[in-house]
Amino acid sequence: MRNVRTEREEMSGAAQYSDERAREIIAAHMGLEGPAMPILHALQKEFGYVPDAAVKEMAEALNISRAEMHGVVTFYHDFHRAPHGRHTLKICRAESCQSMGAERQARAFLDKLKLDWGGTTPDGALSVEPVYCLGLCAHSPSALYDGEPIGRVDAEMLDEIAAEARD
Amino acid sequence: MVKVYIPLDMAAVAMGADKLTAAVAQEAAARGETVEIVRNGSRGMLWLEPLIEVETPAGRVGYGPAKVKDVASLFDAGFLAGGAHLLNIGIVDEHPWMKKQNRVTFVRCGVIDPLSVAEYEAHEGFKGLTRAFEIGPAAVVEEVTKSGLRGRGGAGFPTGIKWKTVADCPPGQKYVVVNADEGDSGTFADRMIMEGDPLSLIEGMLICGYAVGASKGYVYLRSEYPIVAKVFQAAIEKALEAGWLGKNIKGSGFDFDVELRIGAGAYVCGEETSLLESLEGKRGIVRAKPPLPAHVGLFGKPTVINNVLSMATIPMIMEKGAKHYADLGVGRSRGTMPLQIAGNVKYGGLFETDFGIPLGVVVNEIGGGTRSGRPVRAVQVGGPLGAYVPVSLFDLPIDYEAFAAKDSLIGHGGLVVFDDTVDMSWMARFGMEFCAIESCGKCTPCRLGSTRGVETIDKIRNGMDVDANIELLKDLCHTMKFGSLCALGGFAPYPVESALRHFPEDFRKPALEAAE
Repeated sequence: MRNVRTEREEMSGAAQYSDERAREIIAAHMGLEGPAMPILHALQKEFGYVPDAAVKEMAEALNISRAEMHGVVTFYHDFHRAPHGRHTLKICRAESCQSMGAERQARAFLDKLKLDWGGTTPDGALSVEPVYCLGLCAHSPSALYDGEPIGRVDAEMLDEIAAEARD
Repeated sequence: MVKVYIPLDMAAVAMGADKLTAAVAQEAAARGETVEIVRNGSRGMLWLEPLIEVETPAGRVGYGPAKVKDVASLFDAGFLAGGAHLLNIGIVDEHPWMKKQNRVTFVRCGVIDPLSVAEYEAHEGFKGLTRAFEIGPAAVVEEVTKSGLRGRGGAGFPTGIKWKTVADCPPGQKYVVVNADEGDSGTFADRMIMEGDPLSLIEGMLICGYAVGASKGYVYLRSEYPIVAKVFQAAIEKALEAGWLGKNIKGSGFDFDVELRIGAGAYVCGEETSLLESLEGKRGIVRAKPPLPAHVGLFGKPTVINNVLSMATIPMIMEKGAKHYADLGVGRSRGTMPLQIAGNVKYGGLFETDFGIPLGVVVNEIGGGTRSGRPVRAVQVGGPLGAYVPVSLFDLPIDYEAFAAKDSLIGHGGLVVFDDTVDMSWMARFGMEFCAIESCGKCTPCRLGSTRGVETIDKIRNGMDVDANIELLKDLCHTMKFGSLCALGGFAPYPVESALRHFPEDFRKPALEAAE
């Protein structure tokens, strides 16, 4: 049975955490060789982040220590350990985008939102993360908004995204 | 029924290809025209994306860069019959950018429907595998060795030697792993081939598995490429349906499966041993070598690990023979290199050519100079661990050894162009910062050296004991280069040292920087 979702989780498409659901997700991947990464992706897709309780479930299922499991989750930039913004904007700050002024542009955008890299707006609408190359280097500067690639990003487009995220 | 091609390539989508596709379909329906829209890969002329192509009796006519607002006028101009329009670039195959290339690895990319097994077969697909089945595993390894193919991931290690090492291991569980963790800024060749011709990668893996005696292949793809993940997963399913994957492939008695795995934003996982750790579900910590992955690889089993481009080139080598490939290129750099021209550049894109072409020709003639219109100042070749090359070295040929002789590297073939507004001490600082963010933390020179590097460059930028700190920075670079376990810490000094060597003036602007 599905758990009741909070309003915010409903909007972000994330389900509320339950041990039962986490165990189901883990079990569905146990036939794979080296299942940890696929499980972590699946957990984050379901809950919007990787809750500590899920890490405990994983450690048990994979028969490794919780410390070891914690080490895996925290190694990778993609996995969040706490609920994230409803929308995610990844702005590229690698060399190619810097050659087109991305660093200055991103800094100005973050300052406007009063955020630092990795921060979430106080209303929980938008998280802004750095990304180191999206492979869109002939269209620098580039960004990824909720998985949608955007080339030749300018200040106006960033403002539009911030406004759209709030809606 | 007119065939219209609009790329599904991530760069094309980033410039509006999905909305354009919807608009073309809608406009065609409104006008009662019957069109078949094929979502192809990109031709590599990325400044023209989204590039619409229309099949006409004379060939495929291109229109680009096309926006949704251009759709009505394209129909008005009769683009379905190749009509004249401001965006018309003529027959795509005749375009000077295409004519100057020698497309070997990318011969089908942008041409075929990437998810049509029938079209892949009609364009020489699976002929390499068929020939491999005829000549047997040992002859396949021999052929790959003779072709002179070197790993396109960056290190340039001979592919045939890797394969022979795994083939010579006693029979049992072995793996084929493809490194699709293309994290270098300025590179997108792996992405393009996996979106535009994914079956060539699958065929390369099949040939490899057959040659070394492996029945399972993994592709480790970075999470920053969501469109690749969709396209490649679909390609695996198409290949399965057509009997090119699974059990007893085409009656050969050979079994092979391919599984796609997604990374999680760690650049260091592009290092092969870190990638294997990640595939096993661990932290992406680099392993000490030896043992080589060829002996003790994934789950401790003998493993071939190759870059996407190396693997996707294998079918052509098997189909046309080693000599055909080895006859291309210069010196010990055989074959072709898909160059990726990026950054502040007018004509950015993918340009596949024989080794030996001078760097300046690529940047100024093919790339058309900077997009900003200002003079070129530096080109970073080979990603974030590659050197910054000044204009005075523009006669350097694209060749592994020629670059190495100038303390530079070709790496994965990415070129990022900078104009004269670039601050090279900032770029050097960023190089160290990036290494600090992405270091796996196993070895001290990389883990601590990168952070100390950032601090030292900050001091230099602030005009503090500039001479002493530059000496210290050089010494630190030396320690990282020779003391790091893998290429992340070992190569991070390249951009820093090259910036110091070629652009010393950028490290001596005390009045300006101190004021900030």
